[in-house]
Amino acid sequence: MKIALKLAWRNLTGAGLRTWLNVLVLSFSFVVIIWLKGIMTGWDHQAKTDMTQWEIGGGQYWHESYDPYDPFTLAGSHAKLPSQLQNAKKAGDLTGLLLTQGAIFPEGRMMSVVIKGLDPGQSILKLPSRKLDTTASAIPAIIGNMMAKHSKLKAGDYVTLRWRNANGTFDATDVLITDIFSSNVPAVDAGQIYIPLATLQEVMLLPDEISLIVLRDKTDGWNEIPGWNYKSKTELTKQVDEMIKTKSAGQTVLYFILLLLAMLAIFDTQVLSIFRRQKEIGTYVALGYTKQQVVGLFTVEGSMHAVLAALLSAAYGLPFLSWQAKAGWTMPVDTSEFGMAIAQTLYPVYSAGLVIGTVLTVTITTAIVSYLPARKIARMNPTDALRGKLQ
Amino acid sequence: METQTIISVKEMYKRFPMGKTEFTALENLNLDFAQGEFTGLIGPSGSGKTTLLNILGSLDVPTLGEATVLGKSIGKLNTHEAAMLRRESLGFIFQSYNLLAVHTVFENVEFPLLLLKIPSQERRKMVQEALEWVGLSDKIRSKPPQLSGGQCQRVAIARAMVKKPKLVLADEPTANLDAANSHHILKTMLTLNQELKTTFIFATHDEKVISYLNRKIYLLDGRVDKDEVVTHNK
Ligand SMILES: Nc1ncnc2c1ncn2[C@@H]1O[C@H](COP(=O)(O)OP(=O)(O)O)[C@@H](O)[C@H]1O
Ligand SMILES: [Mg+2]
Repeated sequence: MKIALKLAWRNLTGAGLRTWLNVLVLSFSFVVIIWLKGIMTGWDHQAKTDMTQWEIGGGQYWHESYDPYDPFTLAGSHAKLPSQLQNAKKAGDLTGLLLTQGAIFPEGRMMSVVIKGLDPGQSILKLPSRKLDTTASAIPAIIGNMMAKHSKLKAGDYVTLRWRNANGTFDATDVLITDIFSSNVPAVDAGQIYIPLATLQEVMLLPDEISLIVLRDKTDGWNEIPGWNYKSKTELTKQVDEMIKTKSAGQTVLYFILLLLAMLAIFDTQVLSIFRRQKEIGTYVALGYTKQQVVGLFTVEGSMHAVLAALLSAAYGLPFLSWQAKAGWTMPVDTSEFGMAIAQTLYPVYSAGLVIGTVLTVTITTAIVSYLPARKIARMNPTDALRGKLQ
Repeated sequence: METQTIISVKEMYKRFPMGKTEFTALENLNLDFAQGEFTGLIGPSGSGKTTLLNILGSLDVPTLGEATVLGKSIGKLNTHEAAMLRRESLGFIFQSYNLLAVHTVFENVEFPLLLLKIPSQERRKMVQEALEWVGLSDKIRSKPPQLSGGQCQRVAIARAMVKKPKLVLADEPTANLDAANSHHILKTMLTLNQELKTTFIFATHDEKVISYLNRKIYLLDGRVDKDEVVTHNK
């Protein structure tokens, strides 16, 4: 083995440019795989963090008849804040929202919306609720980017908002769009309009009533309360977790394609060098190498590419990857067109497992890909090899 | 002077498959070689010289009959045993040198010693000595592409001789060399033959080589045509 390493090293460095090109290709795949996986992980992280910060907080209480997938339940899902939670409210550890079905009429078109009454003083969700705290001629309202795009509304626009009050009577008024926020969580944006909680309670004729309660993150000890369903953060983020799992299947495909490209370069080099170096192979055998040792030598030679590539990757990849983790990667296209939860700038997140796993996978695959063509040597006739006879 | 027989070939045939039939490259050979010989297999192209050298070098096996080299019956060795025989006792010199192009002269000559697991200090001494024999001590760091054909063949001789093998097989070693270089390497080999008692067997049809031989075995169509021992005073 020591001889093989020594010889392989000499052969590789002796081959010059060809070796370094292969090493470069391999090292690119190291860095790209790690970077891409890092971006994906960063994206997942961000998706979860954003969801927590914008939508679910540290968990929620749902009014027992509230069902987010059935807008018709909204009319009947509301109650006063249960007494057990009064202290938490005083401490600012929760905020209540009242939800109802409604419509807006931008440029005369009708768009169905969910109207959310949000406390302008809340600090639990990242929604810019303070923008609801203005005294204007009309009711202040905020909407998200996606919603603004669909309705063609801008900050400062007035739009007619219609709802049905507790008695089932339609009512409408103009609201003033005071802010358009940008969030990566479609659930808080698409088809949603926010107005001050007290205003909504008033026009709905539902004083003090709320549909759901958002709890502050990093608080615990929440108990079941009759009439309310407790939804833990884990439960509410389950969907994202599942999405991440599905997405990683897609990532694996990408990973393999990258790996395949790198391996193609190695395989090609190996096949070519075994073909071109028949005489050399014959010479090794004549000098007393066993054919197995020659196979070993060529395998070590091929695998050594991966080791060199790992070193090279460390040289330029580490600074690049850590710079990316800090500076983030800003997508060149407008991500709000994507219709999915993705930030304009993603911050890759790398784990030791990712780096070690990638290096191991690439190295082991390289060894296998180097070995496969080298097996041919064992079937070679040394006298034919010495004559350089084509096989 | 009593000398020891180190190679004995008995009723040996070598046949190659050729389509549906077989081609007989060597036919009923009976030959003995003694230690210290400086012998040539002489014959036109296609007469079977390389085929015989390959069998004596355990790179190939007889189809029929027996070839015993240094006490080992070539046809009965497994590939590992054959590799060990080559590694420990045989040296090869090829027409086209077969040096490792990306390795230095030192590394080329060192190669057989690496296989024998000789410690580095001793290796260095042996390589230096072998390069002195062939007069290339000043080229120790050069690589084969920087050397002339004659220098390359001298490196190849150093590589074959560095482990002081019992037997050196040289297949047309002068075919790519001019007269001056041919004489130079032949003198080198003759000196080593006399000083180290290494047996040399050549395959050749080069008159220059033939003039140095002390035994000439003429091959014709795979058979021994003439086998003569010469006493000359070169
Ligand atoms: N592997 C082989 N398969 C078929 N025929 C071969 C093979 N090796 C040698 N021969 C044939 O055997 C004969 C002797 O070849 P060789 O020993 O190379 O001759 P020489 O070295 O004297 O020129 C030639 O006719 C050659 O074509
Ligand atoms: Mg020949």
